Amino acid sequence: MLEVRGVRKSFDGFVAVNDASVSVARGQIAAIIGPNGAGKTTLFNLITGHLRPEAGAVVLEGRDITGLPPHDVCRLGMGRSFQRTNIFPRLTVYQNVQAAFLSHRGRGLDLWSRVDELYRGETEALLASLGLRERAGEVSGFLSHGAQKQLELGIALASEPSLLLLDEPTAGMSVSETRETIRLVERIARERGLTLLFTEHDMEVVFSIAQKITVLHQGRVIAEGAPADVRADAEVRRVYLGERR
Amino acid sequence: MRAPWELALLAAALLVPALGSRFYTFLANDVLIWALFATSLNLLVGYTGLVSFGHAAYFGIGAYTTGLLMKKLSLPFLIAFPAAGVLAGGFALLFGFFCVRLTRIYFAMLTLAFAQIVWAICFKWNEVTGGEQGMPEIPYPSLDWMGRLPLVGGLRTSDHFYLVTVVLVALCLWVLRRVVGSPFGRMLTTIRENAERAEFIGVNVRRYELAAFVLAGAFAGLAGGLFGIFNRGVFPDFAYWTKSSEVLIMTLLGGMGTFYGPALGALALILLNQQIVSYTEYWPFVLGTILIVLLFVFPGGLAGAAGTALRWLRRPA
Repeated sequence: MLEVRGVRKSFDGFVAVNDASVSVARGQIAAIIGPNGAGKTTLFNLITGHLRPEAGAVVLEGRDITGLPPHDVCRLGMGRSFQRTNIFPRLTVYQNVQAAFLSHRGRGLDLWSRVDELYRGETEALLASLGLRERAGEVSGFLSHGAQKQLELGIALASEPSLLLLDEPTAGMSVSETRETIRLVERIARERGLTLLFTEHDMEVVFSIAQKITVLHQGRVIAEGAPADVRADAEVRRVYLGERR
Repeated sequence: MRAPWELALLAAALLVPALGSRFYTFLANDVLIWALFATSLNLLVGYTGLVSFGHAAYFGIGAYTTGLLMKKLSLPFLIAFPAAGVLAGGFALLFGFFCVRLTRIYFAMLTLAFAQIVWAICFKWNEVTGGEQGMPEIPYPSLDWMGRLPLVGGLRTSDHFYLVTVVLVALCLWVLRRVVGSPFGRMLTTIRENAERAEFIGVNVRRYELAAFVLAGAFAGLAGGLFGIFNRGVFPDFAYWTKSSEVLIMTLLGGMGTFYGPALGALALILLNQQIVSYTEYWPFVLGTILIVLLFVFPGGLAGAAGTALRWLRRPA
């Protein structure tokens, strides 16, 4: 499904991601972990076209997407959420998700139809599955942090992606919000047959849902494999798990 | 137009010549054209989040287009007026291609730079634009047919042109309103709200910004086409940066958050100008003070303040 081959990116001489390779199989739930500054978000941005790698390639379903702009990457079936919550704050919850449907279904250059009723059914169904149905009319910028994160997930899902990238989906959430969100993500991934790649700082979350874990340290992949193997890996224990516990 | 108050407003505008005052008709005509100009700018400022400091370029191009076609080539208004929109839109496409590659202040400065180039060309190209002297005596469209109509037949030619302006501005505003209420309009607001996120719902941000720029330019051009005739002459200062700032002030004064805010701003600024000028020559000082107060107290402009007041009046007791 997704093949990242030896990508590299540096900022002013600082190498943030160095020869990193990650692969995700169709239908898999995969996680990228690593200490702060390990290059997780940079790697995400390389995959989604927000950054262009200096070396290496990104291949989505057999197609080389290296260097494509984000809007094209999105159209090829990749959805993403951002670490810093990224919604349209002065639009309503409904409008946030509907906008993604409009764009995805190619209606964006329609200058004449009335926008309000378009894709209402799809939008409301998606909001319902996220538990946001009752809040459809609220201005999204006033939602709680957790609800905004859920909304962002909704925006990503409205593009009907086959591969969904979530950058720290539970960042800044309370313990109960975290559990709820993870359950939600897992359920939606299962229902829609999504392939999921996410980064996460909460180890409990990662080991509870990921089928495959890639460990990043100082921009390099130091381990990759099933959760049990990663947990047992000596180097991982030394540089990461050891530091934290 | 759905809301009846819009139709009522249109009817009221059509009745202005019935007051019989040349001055009121003149004032109303001025307001209408600037209302269209400001509304076209708001497509960029209010809806897409792009602040243009050079919107007068397209107003000027439109004015010169209609003026040249009608005066030098004696073409009918029916061709000369749409041509203003087409040519202004064409130049907006050319300039916008470069402008949308920049963001924020750099975008604003580049729009200003292009506008100053347009102004300089109008100012210097004597053979075509009349240079510094401009192009006086733009003819009115031939509206003899209106003289044969009942009710309006006895009115002055300037009144007839005013009625044409009312209809054309209403049509343009209706089209613009459809555009901002369309899926395209919604995509523009997502760019304003969060361009990064908009890209990742699949919006080609630059292309949409360019489309908005061209539309805004085209409608500014149409406003310019009307203004040249209304003003009985076209002059280089139509494209000068002070015109760009004037229309930007109208947009902010009226409120860029609502569709009719900028039109309200045009009305307010022109009336204020009329009123204050008759009391004091320091009218820019008074205007500046009003603007500062407004921007701090009502960041939503006059329309925003009116909305707040209405909600307050309608609040449950």
